[in-house]
Amino acid sequence: MAHGPAKGLSRWLFTTNHKDIGSMYLWFSFAMFIIGGIFALVIRAELFEPGMQIVDPNFFNQMTTLHGLIMVFGAIMPAFVGLANWMLPMMIGAPDMALPRMNNWSFWILPFAFFMLLSTLFMPGGAPNFGWTFYAPLSTTYAPESVTFFIFAVHIMGASSIMGAINIVATILNMRAPGMTLMKMPLFVWTWLITAYLLIAVMPVLAGLVTMMLMDIHFGTSFFDAAGGGDPVLFQHIFWFFGHPEVYIMILPAFGIISAIIPTFARKPLFGYSSMVYASASIAFLSFIVWAHHMFTVGMPIAGELFFMYATMLIAVPTGVKVFNWVATMFRGAMTFETPMLFSIAFVILFTIGGLSGLMLAIAPADFQYHDTYFVVAHFHYVLVPGALFSIIAAVYYWLPKWTGRMYNEILGKTHFWVAFVGLNVTFFPMHFAGLAGMPRRIPDYHMMFADWNMISSVGAFIFGASQILFLYIVLDTIFRGKKATDRVWENSEGLEWTVASPAPYHTFSTPPEIK
Amino acid sequence: MKLPMPSNPLTALCLKLCGLATGMFVFAIWIMPPMYEVFCEITGLNGKTGGRYEAVDVRGADTSRTIRVQFVAFNNDGMPWEFGPEVRTLHVHPGEQVRIDYSAYNPTERDMVGQAIPSLTPFMAANYFHKTECFCFEQQPLTAGERAEMPMLFIVDRDIPASVNTITLSYTLFDVTDRFGSSRAAAERNSGRVAAATN
Repeated sequence: MAHGPAKGLSRWLFTTNHKDIGSMYLWFSFAMFIIGGIFALVIRAELFEPGMQIVDPNFFNQMTTLHGLIMVFGAIMPAFVGLANWMLPMMIGAPDMALPRMNNWSFWILPFAFFMLLSTLFMPGGAPNFGWTFYAPLSTTYAPESVTFFIFAVHIMGASSIMGAINIVATILNMRAPGMTLMKMPLFVWTWLITAYLLIAVMPVLAGLVTMMLMDIHFGTSFFDAAGGGDPVLFQHIFWFFGHPEVYIMILPAFGIISAIIPTFARKPLFGYSSMVYASASIAFLSFIVWAHHMFTVGMPIAGELFFMYATMLIAVPTGVKVFNWVATMFRGAMTFETPMLFSIAFVILFTIGGLSGLMLAIAPADFQYHDTYFVVAHFHYVLVPGALFSIIAAVYYWLPKWTGRMYNEILGKTHFWVAFVGLNVTFFPMHFAGLAGMPRRIPDYHMMFADWNMISSVGAFIFGASQILFLYIVLDTIFRGKKATDRVWENSEGLEWTVASPAPYHTFSTPPEIK
Repeated sequence: MKLPMPSNPLTALCLKLCGLATGMFVFAIWIMPPMYEVFCEITGLNGKTGGRYEAVDVRGADTSRTIRVQFVAFNNDGMPWEFGPEVRTLHVHPGEQVRIDYSAYNPTERDMVGQAIPSLTPFMAANYFHKTECFCFEQQPLTAGERAEMPMLFIVDRDIPASVNTITLSYTLFDVTDRFGSSRAAAERNSGRVAAATN
């Protein structure tokens, strides 16, 4: 049996190695991140000034739709799966993922899904223009012809996610090294185990939803068409029954990453390990019973509004437990501020801001004012960009020396952090004000009174975008020119992944390690 | 009963997870929509009023209360008919049967079929608004240039909560010509199953 990677292109096409597949996932998601980012910059360029400047309204709507879909399904989710592929087997002392061939397949169907989705831009009638939430009847009766391609792209992404999730659960439950009990697993493994169950539970609901759309559009059913006895509000209920667990799918692995990085640079063990596990599990459970807080304004009885309002606020409790645990981990620690730590601290602060604006939105009577305004846009960008995205970037800086065997340039890394940090806040903080003043989301033109905030946001967006080009440069610079890294890389890093050589050999833990 | 499972724990786990995924897919398509339908029917949540009402309240009209009933009519996007109630507002006593006529006119040069879908606010009144006869129970075929008076007979329940003083009943008229074929076919279908039709 050969022990090295195969040569040439076939290495990547036919690989079943978790490290190769992890790398492909990460590069793929970075490519999608750049494409989704370009779409975001088209949006911000149009919104730089009031009036119609650059693109026509229909194309603007295509940009908002594709930006959302690409960032959620193409950038954030595959990046987490890529990190899981790289790190999970090394963290639990397994030689590879449990189902390596399915692993290959779940990656390689993704590029086709996104090729199909992006190709709709060049079709007559244009790309989907109904928002990433694709509410019926915008996405059925009034949809452009390309909606069928969108539906099949979502089917393929869903299949990929479900396969990836099954693989992750199977790996964690069957492949742990002897002695690695569940409560000894690193938190990244725990949060991914919970996330994988969420994925298996809700991605089929999304698949069912787009299947119903397909039937309504092409086969004469009326799931969401009032003329035939259906109900468009049903669409929103099913969408958010998928959609709310989906937002935790995008944040739980981030919690795991931050829980790995902060103890390393605070030089203290994680405060409250078991409460972190239980908090993650409660967040996952609560995510199934709060979906209607996205649709307070559809007309619900007061009892429904109250139930979803209080259930939503309840989520602040386990999330608060996590934030306090991270702060307690840092408290009186011997902290140093390397790039991954900077991103992690920014995560804790800015994610908390996003969580607080979420609490404001959870108040049903106030939500009638905030609904569909830029305040909502500010809220979910504060939880997704410094939340999910910053955790991924922090993870890349943290584990890059292990992957490549080389150290990144610390000065450039810190520069990247500060430019991204400033750009992010300049972009998204003013959106709170524009939203509270009443600026609606998803519009290409707006009232003069919002002009100043929008101009500031647009400037920030281009700064933030530029910082990501620097990120690409730093990663390439590390791979080709970085200084050699030690096996342990960081002074106080804990965990099995630091016991193997840097760069991690193609095959690790062919014999299971000893767990103390 | 314990299902027979493969002895390899990995295969057994994967089978269970695939079962969970399939189950959730089935749940989304075949269980959630009917569940939503039933839930809305019980609570009156989406403003849908019930089907044909047969019972007669022996207590007669409650003249001590007057409820204002407002009638609103909309055409769904692309529906060219003229459609509206003869009067916009009626004052009725709970328990009495009242008739209101809607008129519809097909100004186009083709035969069409329309379907009116009701929605009622406040939602809590939906289960207290009974229709004994309604054009919305069936499709309405109109040939080119035809005009029709469409009656609706309703009773506001005597047990309607005291907090309700005004009920707004809205009809949205949909063009269902494509869905139900020619107006002749719709007329035949209607005559065949008037009794079975709900709204």
